[in-house]
Amino acid sequence: MANTAGHPESPHGAPDGTRRDFMFLATGAGLAVGAGALAWPFVASMAPDAETIAAGAPLEVDLTPIQEGQIVNVFWRGKLIFVRNRTEKEVKEASEVKMADLIDPQADSARVKQGHAKWLVVYGNCTHLGCVPIGHQGQYEGWSCPCHGSLYDTSGRVRRGPAPTNLPIPPYVFESDSKIRIGEEGGKAVA
Amino acid sequence: MSAHGNTYVPKSALAKWFESRLPLIGLVHSSFVSFPVPRNLNYFWTFGAILIAMLVSQIVTGIWLAMHYDPSAANAFNSVEHIMRDVNYGWLLRYMHANGASMFFVAVYVHIFRALYYGSYKAPREVLYILGVIIYLLMMATAFLGYTLPWGQMSFWGATVITSILGAIPVVGETIQSLLWGGYSVGSPTLNRFFSLHYLLPFMITGVVVLHVWALHVTGQNNPAGIPIKSGKDAVAFTPYATVKDVFASVVFFAFFAYWIFYQPNYLGHADNYVPANPAVTPAHIVPEWYFLPFYAILRAVPDKLGGVILMFSAVLILALAPWLDTSRVRSCNYRPIYRQFFWLFLVVCVLLGWLGAKPPEGGYVIAARICTAYYFLHFLLVMPLVGLFETPKALPGSILETVTGPGKQVSGSGMPIGAAAAPSSKG
Repeated sequence: MANTAGHPESPHGAPDGTRRDFMFLATGAGLAVGAGALAWPFVASMAPDAETIAAGAPLEVDLTPIQEGQIVNVFWRGKLIFVRNRTEKEVKEASEVKMADLIDPQADSARVKQGHAKWLVVYGNCTHLGCVPIGHQGQYEGWSCPCHGSLYDTSGRVRRGPAPTNLPIPPYVFESDSKIRIGEEGGKAVA
Repeated sequence: MSAHGNTYVPKSALAKWFESRLPLIGLVHSSFVSFPVPRNLNYFWTFGAILIAMLVSQIVTGIWLAMHYDPSAANAFNSVEHIMRDVNYGWLLRYMHANGASMFFVAVYVHIFRALYYGSYKAPREVLYILGVIIYLLMMATAFLGYTLPWGQMSFWGATVITSILGAIPVVGETIQSLLWGGYSVGSPTLNRFFSLHYLLPFMITGVVVLHVWALHVTGQNNPAGIPIKSGKDAVAFTPYATVKDVFASVVFFAFFAYWIFYQPNYLGHADNYVPANPAVTPAHIVPEWYFLPFYAILRAVPDKLGGVILMFSAVLILALAPWLDTSRVRSCNYRPIYRQFFWLFLVVCVLLGWLGAKPPEGGYVIAARICTAYYFLHFLLVMPLVGLFETPKALPGSILETVTGPGKQVSGSGMPIGAAAAPSSKG
């Protein structure tokens, strides 16, 4: 800055500082953009890669071998999914619960596909910290989490904490009465 | 590193030539040879050296294990068994590394509680102390990442539980989770990047350790009396006094370490981790390694997910605020009759939280964990500020020398040559 020979008066009469300020800001902005552009590939490379995404295509599950009362584990995108063929008693229990008794109120009818009330399809990781709850256990006979004691009912709804929410429903459609496709919703695969 | 005078005088022509170009030997000499050490240090002050020895041990065994380990979900578990069965002395390297992590935490907990008892966090050592808290945080991250690598059941579910914790962060939680996982769930990409980061963090720890030691040599060491070095007679030279004591203590500690390696190599681990990772089955009790149990108990004491996460991280971070929460100007608990009792209560509560963290989260255990969690935070937020204001401390000794020889007695000799240039004594 002390070097006066380096920045003579502008021929257009603009104060010298303005031009310097502009160059300073432009350089700073250029550096920020450059740093961001350089950082982006490093961050983006940590996101799911193409192979992982391809392996996450929709999954077809045949329901015919699943007996009444049985829970079957399937994996989609590395996540555990419970497919439960609920007994009439279990469906009845799930649909008769009062909303006021629920931690995360949701009707059983909103958690199954219309006309397929006996099939419950839910993600199999406790919404607290991701452990696998054990089926047919606990006071509500849905699932009981061995890690921190959360209880779920036969609709996969949380009935006792620390889990904050119900077991979420993955995207899926019924292809026929005995076949579902997990990872598809509204006629196309989910992102 | 040290602000006090450089007493190193190069003798040979080569040493003179080198010293005038890079005063490295002089730096080492002033930091670890002529550096004045309070003469009343007890064996709790050797744990810094023990920790450096453990860090070196972990890095060396880790580098050797990495020569045989395969960080892919398909092969990780088998490669660990390969190390155990096929690699020459692989069992020794792995048991040293796995038990070394536990020993590292044993030493760091002694080191931390020593700092808390003797008030080593108080002015002028705040930065030194906060660097220590940062090292502790890095150690926790490194230990967690390392524990996932054998890809057994505890590895997998530990990784799932801890990464789910990050999912509780509002707005950005799920993005962070996805970037950590490199997929839609914990899987092979996760294991790969955890291995990469597990290799990186110990070198970051080394960097912060250098700053920690640097800060130590600027302020000088605290001591059991908590009073500064006032004259040369209060101090002894780092070498041979502290050096020999540190080496002796390290040897004793390594004998303890060796007991675990050779007689109880799996006692501190979990049998479930010898079952290969299975995403469809959770072990009956997911329990972290013993050194995380108090924080795990705090996490589970809170019925709300985000609340539990916030409290667990706060439990570590609140340590960094101790220099400002403690209002007493007396450092050492030896001269603080009331706070000393609270210190021991705090220690008992921490141990109790550790015990509760290993128990199932139900009934009386949850209630006890909540009471202990409440005390843990009250100790920092209420006891530290208030006791400092109301307590009448005992009279401090006139000098460090007095605490060793008794008041009024003299020792022969002039002690350490620390005059005006002796920074440690002037800043206490």
